[in-house]
Amino acid sequence: MTLFLLKRVATFFATLFVASTVIFAVLELLPGNAAQVMLGTTATPEAIAAWEHKLGLDQPPLQRYLNWVGGLLQGQTAVSYSYDTPVSQLIAERLQVSLPLAVMAMVLTTGIALSLGIYAAARHNRPGDVGVMVASQLGLAIPNFWFAILLILLFAVKLQWVSAGGFPGWREEDGGGVWEGFKALLLPALALAVVQAAILARVTRSAVLEVLREDFVRTARAKGLSRRQALWRHVLRNAMIPVLTIMGLQFANLITGTIVVENVFVLPGIGRLVFQAIANRDLVVVRDVVMLLAAVVVIVNFVVDVLYALIDPRLKASDA
Amino acid sequence: MRSALRHPSFMFGGVLVLLLLVTAALSVVWSPYPPGDIDVPHKLQLPSAAHWLGTDSLGRDIASQLLVGAQNSIVVGVIAVGIGLIAGVLLGALASARRGWVEEAVMRASDFTFAFPALLSAIMLTAIYGPGLFTSIVAIGIFNIPVFARITRGAANAVWAREYVLAARAAGKGAWRITLDHVLPNIASVLIVQATVSFATAILAEAALSYLGLGTQPPQPSWGRMLNEAQAQLFQAPQLAIYPGVAIALAVLGLNLMGDGLRDLLDPKLARKR
Repeated sequence: MTLFLLKRVATFFATLFVASTVIFAVLELLPGNAAQVMLGTTATPEAIAAWEHKLGLDQPPLQRYLNWVGGLLQGQTAVSYSYDTPVSQLIAERLQVSLPLAVMAMVLTTGIALSLGIYAAARHNRPGDVGVMVASQLGLAIPNFWFAILLILLFAVKLQWVSAGGFPGWREEDGGGVWEGFKALLLPALALAVVQAAILARVTRSAVLEVLREDFVRTARAKGLSRRQALWRHVLRNAMIPVLTIMGLQFANLITGTIVVENVFVLPGIGRLVFQAIANRDLVVVRDVVMLLAAVVVIVNFVVDVLYALIDPRLKASDA
Repeated sequence: MRSALRHPSFMFGGVLVLLLLVTAALSVVWSPYPPGDIDVPHKLQLPSAAHWLGTDSLGRDIASQLLVGAQNSIVVGVIAVGIGLIAGVLLGALASARRGWVEEAVMRASDFTFAFPALLSAIMLTAIYGPGLFTSIVAIGIFNIPVFARITRGAANAVWAREYVLAARAAGKGAWRITLDHVLPNIASVLIVQATVSFATAILAEAALSYLGLGTQPPQPSWGRMLNEAQAQLFQAPQLAIYPGVAIALAVLGLNLMGDGLRDLLDPKLARKR
C-alpha cells in the first residue's frame, strides 16, 4: 500500500511537471511568437520588441518557464494584458461560477446515475431495466450543448420560468443572491449532468449486476437476508469501486463540458474567460487557465486512485 | 453474417451509420440547394415543398446544410480516428513487443496525454494557430492516440502470452514479424470496436468545437455551427435548433449501437453466451 502510494505521488508530480512543460512549449515556444500573435500581423518590429520585453519573452526559455512555474507555486501569476489584472484574480472571480456549477453537476450526475443504475440492476431484464438502458443510450448520443439549448427552449422560451442565460451574482447588493445564483446554475448543471449520468448509470448497473452474482451475496441471502437487504448491505459497497473510478474519469469530461455549457448559458465562468482570452489573443490567460484545468483533471485522477486503493483490499494485500 | 443480421442493436446502428454515409456521399454530387446560398427575402421559412426543413436567418436551405454537414462529420471522424489508430497502434504494439522501459515510457506518456481532453488541446492550438477544421482534427486526433495505445498494448500483451506466439518465436521469427503476422490480426476486432466508439466521440467533439467557433469555419456547413447560429434565433425560429441536434444524436447513436453490436459479435465468449 505504501509503495503504491509513493509510486502514485511520484507519477502525480511527474504528470503535473510534464503538463506544465507541454503547455509552456505549445504556447510559448512553437512557431508564432506570442507577442506577434497578441499584436497581430500588422504590428511593427519595434512594437513586437517592446511587447516581448514587457512579457519577458526576451529572457531565455528555461528562465521564463521557471519564473512561470515558480510564480504559480507561490500563487503569483502574470498580469492579463487585456484585463490589466493578475490572472489569479480573474480565475478566482470566475471560479465563483464554475466551481459551484461543476459541484452541482457532479451531485446531480451521481444522484441520477446511482438511482437509475441500481433500479435497473434490481429489475434486470424487466421493462424498467430496458427503459433505463434505452434512455442511457440516448443520453450518450446527445451532445451536452444541444441538450442545454433544448432546456433553454423549454424552460426559458416556452414556459418562461427562467431566463435564457446570464448570471445575476451571489450577492444581493449586486442584484443577485444565493437563491438567484442557484437558479441560474440549475439548468446548466442539469445539461451537464444528464449526459454524464447516462454513462455512470450503465457502469453502476453492470457493477451491481456483477456483484449480485458473487458467492458472498448468495451466502448473505442463504443466511436469511432479503434481496433488498443484501443489495444495500453488501452489494452496493462492493459495486462502488468501479463506479468511483469512472466518476473520476468523468470529471475530466465535466470540466470540458463546463467550458461548453458556460458558453451556451453565457455564464461568466472559467470557460467564458478562456474564450474571451482567445478572442483577445491574451495568451497569458489561456496558458494559466489551461494549466489550471489540466491540473484539476490530474488531481482528481490522483485522488480517485488513492481512494480506490483505500477501498479495495486487494491493493492493500498486493504489498504484502 | 447471419448472427449479425439477428443482432438488433448492430442492425439498428448499422442502418443509421449507413444513412449517414449515404447522406454524406449523396451531398458530394447533389443537394437541393447550394448550402451557402444566401436568400434573405426567404429567411426563417417553415418546412415546405421548396425547402423541406425550411430556411435559416440568412435564407439558406437547412436540408442542404444538414446534408453537406454530414461530410464534415465523416471527414473529422475518419482523419481524427485515423491519427489515433495509426499512432496509437504503433506505440501500443511497440510497448507490447519491447516491454521493459519502452512499455513504461509509452504508458506514462499516454497517462500524461489524458490530462489534456480534446477541448483543452483545441483551445491551446487555436490560441496560437487560430480556429479551423485542421486544428480541431489535430486536437481530437491527439486525444485518440493514448486511447488506442492503451487498448493495443493490453490486447497485444494477451496475444504475446499465447502458445502460438511462443512457437513463432522458437521458429526464429522476430518481434515485428510476430506483431504483423500474429498480434495485429488477433487484436483487429478490439481495434475495430474502439474505432467505432472513437468515431462517435470525434463527431461529438467536432460538433462542440464548431459550436464554440473553434472548429469548422464558414462557409463550410457544420452541424455544431448550425446549432450556434440557431441559438441566436431561439425565440423567433426554435425549430432551427432541433434539426442539427437530431442529426448529431442519430449519427452518434448509430455508431455507439454498432460498436456495442460489434463487441458482442466479435467477442467469442459473448457469442457463446448468446
